[in-house]
Amino acid sequence: MTRTTGSTTLTAQTTATQPGAEVLLRALVEQGVEVIFGYPGGAVLPIYDALFKQNHIRHVLVRHEQAAVHAAEAYARSTGKVGVVLVTSGPGATNAVTGLLDAMMDSIPLVCLSGQVPTPLIGNDAFQEADTTGITRPVTKYNYLVRKPEDLAPAVHEAFAIARSGRPGPVLIDLPKNITVGDALYVDAKSVTPRTTRMTSEPDRAAIARAVAAMKAGKRPLFYTGGGVINSGPQASKALRKLVDLTGFPVTSTLMGLGAFPGTDRRFLGMLGMHGTYEANLATHDCDVLIALGSRFDDRVTGRLDAFSPNSFKIHVDIDPSQINKIVHVNEGIVGDVGQIIDLMIEEWEKQPAYAHKSDLDAWWAQIEGWRALDCLRFGQDQAPDAVIKPQQAIQRIYELARQTGRDTYVSTEVGQHQMWAAQFFRFDAPNRWLTSGGLGTMGYGLPAAVGAQIAHPDALVMDVAGEASTLMNIQELGTIAQYRLPVKIFIINNHYMGMVRQWQELLHGSRYSESYSDALPDFVKLAESFHATGLRVTRLDQLDATIRQALEHNGPVLVDICVEEGENCFPMIPSGAAHNQMILGPEQEASSATISKEGQMLV
Amino acid sequence: MQVEVSGSAVISLLVDNESGALARIVELFSGRGYNIQSLTVAPVDEHGSTSRVNIVTTGTQSSIRQVKTQLERLVPVSRVVNLTAEGPYVAREMALVKVVSSGEPRTEALRIAQAFRARAVDTTASSFVFELTGSTDKLDSFIELMRPLGLVEVSRTGVASICRGPQTIQNF
Repeated sequence: MTRTTGSTTLTAQTTATQPGAEVLLRALVEQGVEVIFGYPGGAVLPIYDALFKQNHIRHVLVRHEQAAVHAAEAYARSTGKVGVVLVTSGPGATNAVTGLLDAMMDSIPLVCLSGQVPTPLIGNDAFQEADTTGITRPVTKYNYLVRKPEDLAPAVHEAFAIARSGRPGPVLIDLPKNITVGDALYVDAKSVTPRTTRMTSEPDRAAIARAVAAMKAGKRPLFYTGGGVINSGPQASKALRKLVDLTGFPVTSTLMGLGAFPGTDRRFLGMLGMHGTYEANLATHDCDVLIALGSRFDDRVTGRLDAFSPNSFKIHVDIDPSQINKIVHVNEGIVGDVGQIIDLMIEEWEKQPAYAHKSDLDAWWAQIEGWRALDCLRFGQDQAPDAVIKPQQAIQRIYELARQTGRDTYVSTEVGQHQMWAAQFFRFDAPNRWLTSGGLGTMGYGLPAAVGAQIAHPDALVMDVAGEASTLMNIQELGTIAQYRLPVKIFIINNHYMGMVRQWQELLHGSRYSESYSDALPDFVKLAESFHATGLRVTRLDQLDATIRQALEHNGPVLVDICVEEGENCFPMIPSGAAHNQMILGPEQEASSATISKEGQMLV
Repeated sequence: MQVEVSGSAVISLLVDNESGALARIVELFSGRGYNIQSLTVAPVDEHGSTSRVNIVTTGTQSSIRQVKTQLERLVPVSRVVNLTAEGPYVAREMALVKVVSSGEPRTEALRIAQAFRARAVDTTASSFVFELTGSTDKLDSFIELMRPLGLVEVSRTGVASICRGPQTIQNF
């Protein structure tokens, strides 16, 4: 028996069998995989051995399997490719579960390879055995347990097709050790017909024509765009810009859709929903045509359902038929790739009679500008040199100073107040630059996500806007950052609280701050230094800009501990179960909202 | 918003006969809070590679539409038809009903069984096992009639269903 090294077998076109691990890697190479995020263990040793013997695929060693998945998610989100994860059996696979669900909720294409005990031991409670396909069934788009060598290569090819087709998502392949050790026959991708082709259909052009007719009839129209536009590819973002140029309609976006339309464009109203802007939420409430593009009417977006955009004609474009009429009944549902549908909408817009409600649209814009004049994100920063920094001030300056560098910038976040402030203050010019855990709200997402983004874009500026509580959930990834010399900039907005929990406790639970204080925090500067990174701390306003600049200019990893005002709340806020026109505004706006609301009563 | 009334629906699926396929379907129902009243599953093609699953579920029209679109997302599912919504169909199930009694109730049980065209597939001096095939309603009423006559055990298959006329699940 002759066993050639991985690098030669990868290119050899032969009908001879190879060890399963080599078949696996060959299939990954054929699928265009360049990077795997993973962590070794007993059940995946044959795969790690095959990785050792080849040069096609780079392996990035994380410090926890959950982080491997988040890193792969950010890699996927920021490149448009499928992210790949490799974990061992048992605890390796169960640690990956949170990341898989995160990818499921945010429609991120991933393939997760997990080790499994040899097939004869399955069901015997073997060491590091878990029913991985059973555990991950509800958190993946699909999963496999490869029981026969001949199923290995076809499973890998189909897994990639499933992960990237339709509404993207995570797929897991469970690989018993006897399959990766034993011999298998390679099958190339073109000889596998994935089952994803079963349910595809052509876009309904009649429905698109009706939708565009409704848009033409709209006097107070609004685009409500989501992560689907990002998933559809950069072409979809371009098409969206063209459609907005053509129509002149305002645009609001979900958290996941930020960047699909330029945040600096006058027609962009900011994010909508629970912490969306005043103008975006009131426009959503009052519009007469709502055009949902690749968004899914999440509860953080809709607020109280019976009061959600009550008088609008609703158009919903989504690639996943199950999203249409799931939460909000829509008047026109269109199934298909949102980029393609936008192109067809543009075609139809130009074909149909000219838009006849220009003066109404101007009046609508005047109303929106009235709402915008409230300046709902304005905050009161004490300008004294030794003043305590407001978290909004920190995030706004991080954004502005990063922008001044002119570098291509990728931003990840953890979950909570700082995430919402980052969503409010960062204005993205391009898609795929904003990496956040939207659907699942996974604390600890941001640091490993920054790893994934920096691996994918070694020359870009990658920042994690973090909270001190969230970032501790995956702080071990400072080790990965050190090992691969990733020049990631971590800005911890440190308010000594799980800020969003504290905010809800203040507003809804009588300020009883039950277990939300971040006690016994580490010294983040020393922590950074112990992981071979630069640690900086800033506590007063006059040092904020200089510290952020210092971090941005440093060419290695930096962790900045920004000590901010503890009791600051994130506004505007639609309390759970309230309507879009029942926002709580910040202290800065409350005074002016009294005058606004007088005029506003006519408007709202 | 108008209030939607709840009703039951028969949903038929064709699925790849692979490990975990049924679990995916059942977990979709439990995970999303849908209801399964009955479920049948068996391979139906000559190679044994495709199974047909029949599910009787209850819900509002919109929630049953959701069930259907959610089922269509499952990779091993190649066909989903809501037979109740798609036109006339036949739905049958089988029950085995055990009655233990003597004297007048025993005679009465046999008489009712004949009226229902149930077959006695097992008979002892003190018991019958009746086999009955038909609509769910027919089985329900038979079981109700047997209850005072010594009914001790019931085993039902759940509904197998197929649309009427020449068209098949593949044509929808």
